[in-house]
Amino acid sequence: MRKTGIRRFPHVVATLLLSLMITATQTHSAAFAEDSKARASSFTLDNGLEVIVVPDTRAPVVTHMVWYRVGAADEPKGASGIAHFLEHLMFKSTEKIAIGEFSKIVARMGGQDNAFTSQDATAYFQRIAKDRLADVMAMEADRMVNLRLTEKEVLTERDVILEERRSRTDNNPGAILTEQMDAALYYSHPYGTPVIGWSHEIASLDQHDAIDFYKLFYAPNNAILVVAGDVTVDEVRRLAQETYGKIPANNKMKLKRERPQEPPHLVARRLTLNDPRAGKASMHRFYLAPSYVTAAKGEAEALDVMMKILASGSTSRFYKKLVVEKQLASSAGGWYYGDGYDSGKVSMYAVAADGVGLPEIEAEIDGLIADIARDGVTEAELKRAKSSLTAEYIYGIDSQSTMARRYGWAAVVGQSASDVESWPDDINAVSAEQVKAAAAKTLQLTRSVTGYLVPEAAVPTAQRAHDMKPADKG
Amino acid sequence: MKIQAKVATASSATARILGAAALSLITLFILFSLIRPASAMEIKQVKSPGGIEAWLVESRQVPLLALRFAFVGGSTQDPEGKAGVANFMSAMLDEGAGDLDSATFQERMEDIAMRMSFEDSRDTFYGSMETLSENRDAAVELLKLALTKPRFDQDAVDRIRRQLMANLAYEAKSPDRLASRTWYETAFKGHAYGVSPTGDEKSISAITRDDLEAYRKSNFAKSNLKVVAVGDIDEAALGKLLDEVFGALPEKADLAPVAEVEPVKGNGYNVVEMDVPQSVAMFGMGGLKRKDPDFMAGFVLNHILGGGGFSAILMEEVREKRGLAYSVYSYLSPMDHSSIYLGSVATKNESIAESLEIIRKELTRIAKDGVSEDDLKNAKSYLTGSYALRFDTNTKIASQLLGILVEDMGIDYVTTRNAQVEALTVDDLKKAAARFLKPDDMIVVVVGKPNGLKGL
Repeated sequence: MRKTGIRRFPHVVATLLLSLMITATQTHSAAFAEDSKARASSFTLDNGLEVIVVPDTRAPVVTHMVWYRVGAADEPKGASGIAHFLEHLMFKSTEKIAIGEFSKIVARMGGQDNAFTSQDATAYFQRIAKDRLADVMAMEADRMVNLRLTEKEVLTERDVILEERRSRTDNNPGAILTEQMDAALYYSHPYGTPVIGWSHEIASLDQHDAIDFYKLFYAPNNAILVVAGDVTVDEVRRLAQETYGKIPANNKMKLKRERPQEPPHLVARRLTLNDPRAGKASMHRFYLAPSYVTAAKGEAEALDVMMKILASGSTSRFYKKLVVEKQLASSAGGWYYGDGYDSGKVSMYAVAADGVGLPEIEAEIDGLIADIARDGVTEAELKRAKSSLTAEYIYGIDSQSTMARRYGWAAVVGQSASDVESWPDDINAVSAEQVKAAAAKTLQLTRSVTGYLVPEAAVPTAQRAHDMKPADKG
Repeated sequence: MKIQAKVATASSATARILGAAALSLITLFILFSLIRPASAMEIKQVKSPGGIEAWLVESRQVPLLALRFAFVGGSTQDPEGKAGVANFMSAMLDEGAGDLDSATFQERMEDIAMRMSFEDSRDTFYGSMETLSENRDAAVELLKLALTKPRFDQDAVDRIRRQLMANLAYEAKSPDRLASRTWYETAFKGHAYGVSPTGDEKSISAITRDDLEAYRKSNFAKSNLKVVAVGDIDEAALGKLLDEVFGALPEKADLAPVAEVEPVKGNGYNVVEMDVPQSVAMFGMGGLKRKDPDFMAGFVLNHILGGGGFSAILMEEVREKRGLAYSVYSYLSPMDHSSIYLGSVATKNESIAESLEIIRKELTRIAKDGVSEDDLKNAKSYLTGSYALRFDTNTKIASQLLGILVEDMGIDYVTTRNAQVEALTVDDLKKAAARFLKPDDMIVVVVGKPNGLKGL
């Protein structure tokens, strides 16, 4: 249930909610039946805009989000980064909003705004006092179809994004390795291309690319409105009609996402990144996996449970074996990313203890994987994992933003509010047999990429020596 | 914080690109947390039968309890040569206590769906516990054990030490972390504030379980304890909980005195060479302490200058007009024994000199001319209007109130804070600027391979 995406401006609150480690039990599921069920209401406007309302009356504030069913994986080949670039440019201007004023107007109303882009979704949101909801709905509806761009502001923003890429990726060897591993994991599907884009492709984007992409994908019939907070369904329905409801559907839009799909994966792939900027040596592995959208019933839930038991947190098998018992690693972990529209991913890592070679760690990890695929998990492990996962859901109910994101994300990949609300029950229904089967099916080396991050410079090859420039003299 | 989250390895950073990027702004938001608003919520002052005080906000809509507490002291209490003890401790308290070894303790926490974490700052050691109402008693028992009978078993100490060492190795190669560490070392040389709370390889190697136990005994006491509870609990039950968890602590903390200190005056660029495409700079100087009569004016001034996202002057000049950076910001950071005004910018090596020049120019301009009436009006409408957003979840309410308690701002702060903001004039901001905004004193640390910058 982890989401990945990049946003317009670093914003710590929402981010921490997504990255917190959580612990829990299943004994609470009865007590929380009231809270974990049926919190959201949905309806659709005549122009195709899907609307989800999540009431939360504790504070007089709302979270207003618009999600578009478009992300980096929908970009034209060679124009990587355009989805995210457009997300930044959406803050520029319309006939009603002067250049750069959008966020300032929201701020003057006492609100906070931001946006983020992932492979499958682009979302814009404001958090604001409830009596300002109508204002931000009008502004968001306006920029859904009335965006204006000039060459100068587009080129300036492109420089910002190249700096964003340097901050996130180019300055960080761990992020570089992840990017290279993703590229190796997918042969054909665009998930192998980074959301922020490749530098040389970002550098060639212009306002025509942005406007073309905007016209193709931004319309009410490709969007989902989520309002969480101190509102009623009727209020939201009326305000949505008055704002978004006035925008006609774009009937030329291709609503079905058709992306290149993966051929069979027949060979395990391996990469090594030598980079003196890495801290300690570490080993990483990705497996191609189904997602909640593509998996057979119960399979994605089994993968969540499996990865909790195998690798997540200090009660996991990874931590106990690699860190506590054998002391091969200073830390180790892993997750299942099941939120993709076309594919999921299993990710794992271990940071080597001093003097331990990465192959030794890898062999131990392969042993743990073979164990779980062959022998499955114990009832005690199963129970604890379910507790942890369902508690993550319940603690999230405290946060309006988390709730808005949950429902918005589900809708953007084609799932319903009831899919969201039945998730704890679905997790509790997973059997030990299903976990074992999911491990055996998914954790196959032929469907994997293994990456080593080594904190020493590689021995220069003849080719590299040839390319070397004189050292800077400063 | 759980150690897995706290010890950011190269790999956990790759798994959480978002988290890693956002971490650099945490301080900024913690600062905001001191400056919070009012709403309809009722804050009750609770005193337990045993005499322990706490603030309580009852909220019955979600059957969860969030408890936040703090022991004043923090990493300034690390003994000489043992820098990193408080940080080490924050990772050790859930590593076994009483009869429960580390693995059993961790499993027990998961079994009852409990969240427990600890974290240190230079001045304060923070604790946090969240539980489902129905498991409250069991959660309280584990929290009490963690605070009063942590085992500090040698194998757990050594394991956490390895994780802290890996973290240090990562920190040494992370431009952001290294810039921050170097800035504090430069600004507060010879003072506890100049020592990194994460210590160094030598100090972490030297820390023993006795050091951890000594820190616990001297720092965890009733006299320096602050507690906030938010959620599904009433006054009587909270009173009982307070006595149960904290009742056995000693009355008085035994804290080493910390001298008042001002950051040194900077005189140029302190460049730390690192082979990265983007230079990361931290710039800063002395600020205003939290109880300074000009603090609020300084806070609003910073909001206009570098704190207010896209409304801020530095953002406008460096990012929006020129596309030089993704992130540029500043914040006023009061500490118990000093205060600083600190900012950061990250830009490609070729542009860092230009970016820093623009920042210096804007700081100078604002110090001289002050801000416009319009800027102040806009800042007020954001700061007062957005204030309810800080109080919309149990955990956020608990964090806000703990910040107010630790800063000793009084229980009515939540209801008077907006009026304090509204009352400010451009002259107040100008006066505050004259107090601390001194670009000539700025300490600038740059990590990267900057072009066109002259080092010290």
